[in-house]
Amino acid sequence: MAEAFKTLFSPGHTACAGCGQAIAARLVVDTAGANTIIANNTGCLEVFSAKYPETAWGVPWIHSLFENAAAVASGIEAALKYLGLKDKINIIAQAGDGGTADIGLQALSGMWERGHDILYVCYDNEAYMNTGVQRSGLTPFEANTSTSPIGKILATGNLRPKKPMPEIAFAHGIPYVATASVGYPQDIQRKVKKALAIKGPKYIQIHVSCPLGWRHAPNLTLDVSKLAVETGLYPLIEYENGKLTQVRKLTKVKPVEEYLKSQGRFKHILNSPDAIKLIQAIADSNIEKYGLIEKKA
Amino acid sequence: MAKVKHDIGIAKPRSSLNNKTGSWRTEARPKFLQKNCIGCKICLLICPEGCITGEAKNTYNCDYLYCKGCGECAVICPKKDIEMVKE
Ligand SMILES: Cc1ncc(C[n+]2csc(CCOP(=O)(O)OP(=O)(O)O)c2C)c(N)n1
Ligand code: SF4
Ligand code: SF4
Ligand code: SF4
Ligand SMILES: [Mg+2]
Repeated sequence: MAEAFKTLFSPGHTACAGCGQAIAARLVVDTAGANTIIANNTGCLEVFSAKYPETAWGVPWIHSLFENAAAVASGIEAALKYLGLKDKINIIAQAGDGGTADIGLQALSGMWERGHDILYVCYDNEAYMNTGVQRSGLTPFEANTSTSPIGKILATGNLRPKKPMPEIAFAHGIPYVATASVGYPQDIQRKVKKALAIKGPKYIQIHVSCPLGWRHAPNLTLDVSKLAVETGLYPLIEYENGKLTQVRKLTKVKPVEEYLKSQGRFKHILNSPDAIKLIQAIADSNIEKYGLIEKKA
Repeated sequence: MAKVKHDIGIAKPRSSLNNKTGSWRTEARPKFLQKNCIGCKICLLICPEGCITGEAKNTYNCDYLYCKGCGECAVICPKKDIEMVKE
């Protein structure tokens, strides 16, 4: 019966209904295929995929700490190299945004700097979801989280913009850096395939909506994630060998309100034109910086 | 010498299949109409549970033992060939 499901990430995991991270994680492992070893930081994905004594994974998979998947994967890569097996096996290290941009950044920087042949995937749901929606370095400006709550006097959410992780990866001089979104499943498959064909350290950051933390209906996960791209708030880009090589162009740019009003975490600013203006400015600057609109000749 | 039991937490691959998450559904379940399906596969690709199967057009279906009723397949189907019905 089990064989009916042709996936390396099986049903029976315990993610919330409609979890974007569950969708993206399956796309990643199924694109990588059976000859893959995964190291996973602590976080929702680790918890909902490996409720001991059960596991959803159909490939070798290891969890140890919140911050060290990149270090564990580095060790696995070194061992496989020693055994002469590295070319036959993909190694993936993966984590949430907190595990990546905050506590795991040191291990990840080491993995990049030492040049390990590993694909690192960050599932960016923009907060520490597993422990109750605390803000992380990748929480966007103004999002309401349990540690950036809306004050009675200062009615603002998270006061800081997102940490520029793709650029931090890029600055390490690694051969491949990309952003992706669960709203574009085939694009995730393409980028994972491309990354795994490149030797050296690779970084893919996938925007994955979290119905619980972002506060939207579970059937809107893909639509909400798509809106982040269509407004310019989450540009889909690729850096290869030190150059920006591809961006997903926007044919019609949607105003940021469309994205903001789709989720409860931004509810407090919907009547605040000043706050919306600031967020529109973030989108506009992304559009300018990455050339998201085709320039007419 | 006393025998040491090494329980280092190794689980059987894909043993999560023991965990029947279909009991989580509270409101609605998807009904695969199998009428206008073009076999585009997108529902199978994006089901968070990975519980949709199908090969050719009008053969797609899900396993209610695992489906959590999120409704994403019904939203994404380009042919509106999946309908959410009350539990
Ligand atoms: C050293 C350490 N500090 C704190 C925790 C508690 N903890 C477990 S998961 C988690 C948040 C994970 O957030 P993120 O990496 O964004 O993944 P998500 O759950 O959002 O997918 C925290 C704080 C821990 N396990 N280890
Ligand atoms: S809290 Fe969010 S990220 Fe975690 S399992 Fe639920 S939907 Fe997924
Ligand atoms: S309702 Fe959700 S869990 Fe059920 S089959 Fe559709 S996408 Fe999968
Ligand atoms: S999304 Fe709709 S048309 Fe496409 S395979 Fe599924 S049921 Fe068929
Ligand atoms: Mg997170």
